[in-house]
Amino acid sequence: MKTQDAPAQTLAQKLIARAAGRQHVAVGEIVNCQVDLAMFHDSSGPRRLKPMLEELGAQVWDKSRIVLVMDHYVPEQDDDSRRIVRIARDWAREQQLPHVYDGQGICHVVLPQKGHLRPGLFCVGGDSHSPTGGAFGAYMFGIGSTEMLGVVVTGQIWVRVPQTLRMRWGGRLADGVSAKDMMLHMIGRCGMNGGQYQAVEFCGQAVRALSMQERMTLSNMSAEMGAQAGLIAPDEVTREALAQAGVHDAQIDGWDSDEDAQAIVHDFDAGALAPQVAAPHSPANTRAVDQFGDTAVQVAYIGACTGAKLDDLRAAARVFERAGAARLADGVRLMVAPASQQDQAQAESEGIMARLRNLGAQVLPTACGACSGYGGSIPDGANVIATTARNFKGRMGSATAQVYLASPYTVAASALRGRITDPREVLA
Amino acid sequence: MSVTHKVWKLGADIDTDQLAPGAYMKLGIADIATHCLEGVRPEFAAQVRAGDVIAAGANFGIGSSREQAAGALVQLGVKAVIAPAYSGLYFRNAFNLGLLLLTCPQAERLEEGESITLDLPGRAVIRSNGERLACDAIPDFLLEMVRAGGLLPQLKKNLQQRKEPS
Repeated sequence: MKTQDAPAQTLAQKLIARAAGRQHVAVGEIVNCQVDLAMFHDSSGPRRLKPMLEELGAQVWDKSRIVLVMDHYVPEQDDDSRRIVRIARDWAREQQLPHVYDGQGICHVVLPQKGHLRPGLFCVGGDSHSPTGGAFGAYMFGIGSTEMLGVVVTGQIWVRVPQTLRMRWGGRLADGVSAKDMMLHMIGRCGMNGGQYQAVEFCGQAVRALSMQERMTLSNMSAEMGAQAGLIAPDEVTREALAQAGVHDAQIDGWDSDEDAQAIVHDFDAGALAPQVAAPHSPANTRAVDQFGDTAVQVAYIGACTGAKLDDLRAAARVFERAGAARLADGVRLMVAPASQQDQAQAESEGIMARLRNLGAQVLPTACGACSGYGGSIPDGANVIATTARNFKGRMGSATAQVYLASPYTVAASALRGRITDPREVLA
Repeated sequence: MSVTHKVWKLGADIDTDQLAPGAYMKLGIADIATHCLEGVRPEFAAQVRAGDVIAAGANFGIGSSREQAAGALVQLGVKAVIAPAYSGLYFRNAFNLGLLLLTCPQAERLEEGESITLDLPGRAVIRSNGERLACDAIPDFLLEMVRAGGLLPQLKKNLQQRKEPS
């Protein structure tokens, strides 16, 4: 046991204590934190913040700590989206914001690629998938626009120090099984609000073995578990990913949970995990892929911050390559919306995009698009298998579509066969 | 005589896409509100009256960070939501917009259309038959925020006070 002066702390507690200017914080206490970085996009950001700032007659607390990403309504498809994006661009210019990424990709993927994240930071995002930043050992969570206004004006925000749920993954994932499957399995087991707005921490050998982008998939879908944050203690994988993004002075030491810190631990065996699929209309409606029999699919969607990063595109391409397929199953439409320009460019250079196009894939803009029903909506009545995070009724723009969530491996295998398919059958 | 509130009864897992569908997110809150809950209760937006309350199952407000999912209920005049559990993100958004959320483990006892009263100091929902349903405590600063009408009016007040000479 540690002494009263230095109680054992979880990673979440250490991150919050630092932001609150404290040595340590106790679970359940409400503290005020200094925000290191506030990220928002065209939908949650300027169009909502600008009028409220004007109403208050207030200024932005620190422009260098703000990142604006245009990803929801770009490319503009109608007058409303043109208006919304124009507000964002005008405001960025007016305010002379130093960090603006317009049409570069989805905020949660662009933010680390542009070197804005590092271990130890306390960040907020105007989007529910903001826990993605936790993969880098930063405390990051989503907030609404009004609360973002509070941050933008004061630079501060309150949090109730969360309990930590440690998701400890032993063993090793089989080929064709990925972080998305781990996450669907955890959400299925805990439920959509099983995280109870606590901090989830992913750990264990199987998590350590994941690439940075796969780790981001875990943290990203902490939102679907109802957690506030989804943390992964930084290590050499993190250091390397940060260096690639131009961050060379990151501190990774000390940003982990003390051995004897209080947490609720759930153990999982990665080696025993089969590919998972979440049936309509909830990400918690999860079963192993072999439980889906002959479910036909008409649309395969590889998109979103959750499921169209470079590693996701690589996974899908591997399935297609292994199958040696020249075309998809009859009647299947494959749509691919890479998560960022950088990821798409790298995928181009690796021949992945050409392979996808040759199969007849429709390549969509690097934006949120159909995932949130904001654009490129899917057809009514279709069975859709998607790499996205949510399959709520109507979420993708059609109330009659049936959306199944799965990994990029499973989505690719299903596009090849025209029915929900275990990718291990193709990769074997 | 305390004010009574009519109950709209909903199930569990009411998500933000049901409260504020993505397809209408381009619009202003008044227009979004006309589509609020149209997937589960098509008549809700047209028939809900100022002062009504929603009683729902667990996990109310799961999903997106879009605060319009709370704003639509404010716009329609909903006085409070009563449910056993909320999405944490929705919980923050609601109070920031001045919408009262009561965490009530027995919310499911409430019936469609019944009239209830709220006893905030006593932390209870009182049913028409007199039954009291206990609610969890809400931190004082959040109750103050609801009383002020949300974070924006509160910030405005604070900034004005700071500007006034002492």
